[in-house]
Amino acid sequence: MAMDIRFEKVDFTYQPNTPFEHRALFDIDLQIQSGSYTAIIGHTGSGKSTLLQHLNALLKPTAGTVTIGERKITPESDNKNLKPVRKKVGIVFQFPESQLFEETVEKDIAFGPQNFGVSQADAYALAKETLQLVGLDESYLQRSPFDLSGGQMRRVAIAGVLAMQPEILVLDEPTAGLDPQGRKEMMDMFWRLHKEQGLTLVLVTHLMDDVADYADYVYALEKGRVVKEGTPELVFQDFQWLQEKQLGLPTATQFALKLQEKGMHFKQLPLTAKALADEIMQQGGLIHE
Amino acid sequence: MNKLIFGRYIPGNSLIHQMDPRAKLLASFYFIGIIFLANNWQSYALLAIFTFVAVGLSKINLLFFIRGLRALIGLILFTVFLQVFFTNGGTIYWQWGIFRLTEYGVTNGIFIFCRFVLIIFMSTLLTLTTLPLELSDAIESLLRPLKAFKLPVHEFSLMLSIALRYVPTLMDETEKIMNAQRARGVDFSEGNLIQKMRAIIPLLIPLFVSSFTRAIDLAYAMEARGYQGGNGRTKYRLLEWKLLDTITILTFVLLTALLVLVRN
Repeated sequence: MAMDIRFEKVDFTYQPNTPFEHRALFDIDLQIQSGSYTAIIGHTGSGKSTLLQHLNALLKPTAGTVTIGERKITPESDNKNLKPVRKKVGIVFQFPESQLFEETVEKDIAFGPQNFGVSQADAYALAKETLQLVGLDESYLQRSPFDLSGGQMRRVAIAGVLAMQPEILVLDEPTAGLDPQGRKEMMDMFWRLHKEQGLTLVLVTHLMDDVADYADYVYALEKGRVVKEGTPELVFQDFQWLQEKQLGLPTATQFALKLQEKGMHFKQLPLTAKALADEIMQQGGLIHE
Repeated sequence: MNKLIFGRYIPGNSLIHQMDPRAKLLASFYFIGIIFLANNWQSYALLAIFTFVAVGLSKINLLFFIRGLRALIGLILFTVFLQVFFTNGGTIYWQWGIFRLTEYGVTNGIFIFCRFVLIIFMSTLLTLTTLPLELSDAIESLLRPLKAFKLPVHEFSLMLSIALRYVPTLMDETEKIMNAQRARGVDFSEGNLIQKMRAIIPLLIPLFVSSFTRAIDLAYAMEARGYQGGNGRTKYRLLEWKLLDTITILTFVLLTALLVLVRN
């Protein structure tokens, strides 16, 4: 069954009808197709995190409709029985290591599946499996999550979400505060899950390199509105606009722009180091001939 | 969490906002003291008028104060109930077993109700118009004489300011962890009492862990910046007692005098 998420004219206001009222989302229309890798970019405070909490009905829109699979969430809809939705849409929040609480890594990873009715034995089997997926071996199963390093805790927390076997995985800056090696391993792991198991991914990030490397569709948010959407190629072509909004460009694109100033010409600005290298090879080759 | 009105601050620039926090704190406690002087209709009316004038001066919507009552309505109704049905004296209107509705009971019930409402309004006024940090400064300043009795006033006030500073942070953290666990299938609102209590564990343990980590980090950061305790430290935020504050205190003295005149 296809699990699409669709937003139609979604508004969200925090604490409506009080002096603390704060409107976070305005008239959001977006679509996350089953099997896609969608990136959501924008400054801090642009409403990314608020939007993300709508993806599995942690927040209800104050106006408009969010459709998650077959479930419609409207301002009037009942909060009962959202578990099936939450099982299908796993969210890895920013700094997910703060959600660990069990005595052992095994129990903590098994916690999610058990909440959704998986038997203890099966949940432990899942825990073992997903722990390997995130790059930790079995010896960690019986350790306390609080004895681990920050990076390892992050992996265990992510394993806890993956163990729920969601169809859509939402990642809120999953690599914030990790070292470059850990970052790369983590992003590659998500990429493998996306490619091999067809997991739908939603990535919220500040890192344009990740967007260029992985995503196939981008939504740019500003002050609670979608201000730009399209494939990364399309969004990053408008580099002047991006620089104005201080959203930044992928490193390869920045470098290509510098080369362009020096007289090199690109039909389309490359987004990744590989695309840039290919282009340089091609053009450099031509000059030497 | 968003429903909690008591203890929140609403920014503003009214007369009440501008007052010295010490004056406000003293006045609030003083008010709670003198409310027990009131013992008849006239004195309660006097106090009510005084309270509503103060609320009006703060330029904050009255609705907030009424919402502030909501958290304590159970306690208020329980006390009023006890007063109404278990007070003897005066004409007996109605009797059933141990319950007895009497003239004194009814008046006492109404008085108790007024007393609660006025005290809550006054204390809500204090917190709605005073920044938590100002409050802790005020407490430190008012407690200073207790140094003579070897009370660690500086440590106490530092504790208080750190605690107040971290209330919003902890609230945010609580919400974050709650969301993360809800996303993992925890239901905080469903099930019977025992199930609900069990659902709290995945919230409380991470909160404890993060509070301790935060405390250690903060302590190191404070030491790294040269903190060695209260001796020899200067104060950056100074409190300033103005004419307005003196007038307020005088108003309260006047109110006391009026109350003594009016009560029987």
